[in-house]
Amino acid sequence: MRSAKQIEGSTGPWEIVIGMEVHAQVSSKSKLFSGAATEFGAEPNAQVSFVDAAMPGMLPVINRYCVEQAVRTGLGLRAAINRVSVFDRKNYFYPDLPAGYQISQYKNPIVGEGEVLIDLPGGETVHVGIERLHLEQDAGKSLHDQHPDHSHVDLNRAGVALMEIVTKPDMRSAEEAAAFLRKLRAILRYLGTCDGNMEEGSMRADVNVSVRKAGAPLGTRCEIKNVNSMRFVAQAVEYEARRQVDILESGGTIRQETRLFDSRAGETRSMRSKEEAHDYRYFPDPDLLPLELDEAFIERIAQSLPELPDDKKSRFIKDYGIPAYDAGVLVAERELADYYEAMTRGADPKLAVNWLNNEILGRLNRDGRSIVDCPVSADANCAILAMITDGTISGKIAKDVLDIVWSEGGDPKQVVETRGLRQVTDTGAIDKAIDAVIAQNPAKVEEVKAKPKLIGWFVGQVMKETGGKANPQVVNDMLKTRLGVPD
Amino acid sequence: MSLPADPTLFTLADARDAVTSKRISSKELTKAYIKAVEAARPLNAFITETPERALAMAEASDARLAKDEARPLEGLPLAIKDLFCTKGVRTTAGSRILSNFVPPYESTVTQNLWDAGAVMLGKLNMDEFAMGSSNETSYFKPVINPWRAKNSNQALVPGGSSGGSAAAVSGFLCLGATATDTGGSIRQPAAVTGTVGIKPTYGRCSRWGTVAFASSLDQAGPITRTVRDAAIMLRHMASVDPKDSTSVDVAVPDYEATLENGVKGMRIGIPKEYRIDGAPPEIEALWQKGAEWLKAAGAELVDISLPHTKYALPVYYIVAPAEASSNLARYDGVRYGHRAAGVKDIVDLYEKSRAEGFGAEVRRRILIGTYVLSAGYYDAYYSRAQKLRTLILRDFTEAFAKCDAILTPATPGPAFAMGEKSADPVTMYLNDVFTVTANLAGLPGISVPGGLTADGLPLGLQVIGKAFDEATVFKVGRSLEQGANFTAKPATWWRV
Repeated sequence: MRSAKQIEGSTGPWEIVIGMEVHAQVSSKSKLFSGAATEFGAEPNAQVSFVDAAMPGMLPVINRYCVEQAVRTGLGLRAAINRVSVFDRKNYFYPDLPAGYQISQYKNPIVGEGEVLIDLPGGETVHVGIERLHLEQDAGKSLHDQHPDHSHVDLNRAGVALMEIVTKPDMRSAEEAAAFLRKLRAILRYLGTCDGNMEEGSMRADVNVSVRKAGAPLGTRCEIKNVNSMRFVAQAVEYEARRQVDILESGGTIRQETRLFDSRAGETRSMRSKEEAHDYRYFPDPDLLPLELDEAFIERIAQSLPELPDDKKSRFIKDYGIPAYDAGVLVAERELADYYEAMTRGADPKLAVNWLNNEILGRLNRDGRSIVDCPVSADANCAILAMITDGTISGKIAKDVLDIVWSEGGDPKQVVETRGLRQVTDTGAIDKAIDAVIAQNPAKVEEVKAKPKLIGWFVGQVMKETGGKANPQVVNDMLKTRLGVPD
Repeated sequence: MSLPADPTLFTLADARDAVTSKRISSKELTKAYIKAVEAARPLNAFITETPERALAMAEASDARLAKDEARPLEGLPLAIKDLFCTKGVRTTAGSRILSNFVPPYESTVTQNLWDAGAVMLGKLNMDEFAMGSSNETSYFKPVINPWRAKNSNQALVPGGSSGGSAAAVSGFLCLGATATDTGGSIRQPAAVTGTVGIKPTYGRCSRWGTVAFASSLDQAGPITRTVRDAAIMLRHMASVDPKDSTSVDVAVPDYEATLENGVKGMRIGIPKEYRIDGAPPEIEALWQKGAEWLKAAGAELVDISLPHTKYALPVYYIVAPAEASSNLARYDGVRYGHRAAGVKDIVDLYEKSRAEGFGAEVRRRILIGTYVLSAGYYDAYYSRAQKLRTLILRDFTEAFAKCDAILTPATPGPAFAMGEKSADPVTMYLNDVFTVTANLAGLPGISVPGGLTADGLPLGLQVIGKAFDEATVFKVGRSLEQGANFTAKPATWWRV
């Protein structure tokens, strides 16, 4: 039994059921059916071919690279790859849809059923079924703020390849929904098939939410369109589930409709009901032949797949003996996992993961940086860890060294040498410091005999006396002897 | 061989030989045609004349000829159906909605012709978006058939949708013309103007740069005065094209080289389902004659059956409008073409631009197409039509196990009077009854003049061949041409 969060209503707990449709922009230099470029941030209408602008007589030609990326993604989602798929036209009028139809895949998508595993903080693993993945064109963008009484259209995005990834209704909480999206993004980034950049719109989610009493059939769902951050997904689900429970408990019924999430107000609002939905008049695009994939094509892509997060996590647990939770954190980002692995080549894997979790990630978070632009290399970290292990510096000094290297750069060993941070293990020097502390604090010396825990205070004083450079373990041992505190 | 004094009466083959042997310059020939085109304005065959461009192209051809660098169609003046996009030359598709559209690109088919050295005289009138069988749906007014019935001054239609192409070729306004055929739009106008028209196998000519009507049916082909001319011209229109995913990579043979090989030993299928009630006896009689000519030339006649023929017309009038309703959605007044003035919002812009920009027949087919694709009707119409289309193709596949080519009438009758059928769309649609099957099955079909009616109007015979076997279609067509010995010409009544 899974400990999915339920929401409390006046009639008892309700279960939230969530499914998702994620639009992931294929990482490709050119569009799905034309040679036009796809770079983000170009001048409006600078990346538009005659095909994208739907000029008379223009015909689409499928971009082989985008097909490969879709197959690659399908394999990464452990999904069935359909040997034959069909491109259909989805017909509707909109200024940013030049042809009056979007080329998509309707009845026969390129990728069939698959699965994504998500790890919850409690250690549970949830299986989220993938219903399908299909290729389709993105639309352009209407600009309403360029002219007082005209709308402008930018077709740079028109025709860009998207993968629409549809899940089964397998998620049961806002946390699971956000965790799914994070995991999906990690897989896509590992595969290199989508950059997963939600701010630039290269990954967007439509979230289907319904509620039901435990064991009851699925409730009527509402689709929340174009939610563009992990945080908003969680907020939108929470708000929408609560809204539906309130309606049901006050005797109402849920209307199947499309809603949008207003991130400023933190609420969902109705866009259009099922009755107002378009009739898209799908039919197979007669300009394109059915897409047929041969075994060799699929096999070649399968051979080139990288190690994916789940496999990497298992390997980290097994090879490095680190806890599952830590391994999960590390593999969530391919670059972080790579950084960690680089560290394991020069440091104890367990020390390395703790150091990474406690020191590096904290500082990155503070600076708003990602691991890719971490100012300290994996090797430098190894050097610091090695100096702790061989007693050259204390754990505390190690953090100071890290701070110095972090902000000023440099080789950790040299930093330790030039700044005289090497820890003192010379018992003579420590003895002197102990003498001084004992001489200054006769009352405490009496006290520690009854309260052995007070030894910690003495260690601190001696450390202060030595400017933090004394080896704390040595200080501790020597103090015990001098003060007559038993081990 | 003696050639006529008037070079516009040359066949394309004769003109080619005369130009390459420098008996006439391209410029002389082109000038003669420019004059003929000007004189024939009452026929309304052209939407846009391009005499300056024609002369410039002719001069360039003459320069090449002088250096003995002649290409296969060097210096030969042709005219282009206004459905093919021509770079820098207005391309209207016969519609108001594209009445101001100047393409910044050249269609693959016309580019192939220019690369072979041909000269462009101008852009030819046509039914709007190729939807029609009489050229009466053109926004640029109907084309008038050069042919008239004996002792009559009544204006007749030239067929459609390639009515401008057929009229220009039969009226000696060009050596040959490009045309397109979605349900019979090359073969039917060719038949009623005494010209030759071939719709090649689907995929033979690239559709890139040709304004789309129904993508799974549209094919380009030539209309010419002889079978040989069609064989020459098609070879230089056809090509596999990486820009058209439905074009097919099958080598284009030299059709002219095998043209005279005859039909001896060939099996010619006569499909019983093409005998239709109510067809004029002259049609049936001509069909008989055609069969006899082929038999006399050594072919064997075989009775065949194409049992799903009766469904072809209804299937066509579901599939073609369905595709058209989607293909024509791009004409929305936003990026190019006609845009209505004084609109209040985007929906108003679409509705007014399209209502003003499209004529009645185009609007009718968009509505039919939208209907048959709608939720709840798709299975009953579009889906069933596709299944029947498969059966129609299977009929042909089975028939071709027993024969090498199929002989049928090209049309159910001769050219009719303007206005005679335009009030009743269903009567108009029946013009395509013998031709739509080849489009639905993607097969090559040629129309060859067979003779004249008692009223002196041309009638055509159709030969349908196996996929990519245009060579056989041309051979059979050539044999019919020899049997018919069709030499009649329309009186040049339009030259005042």
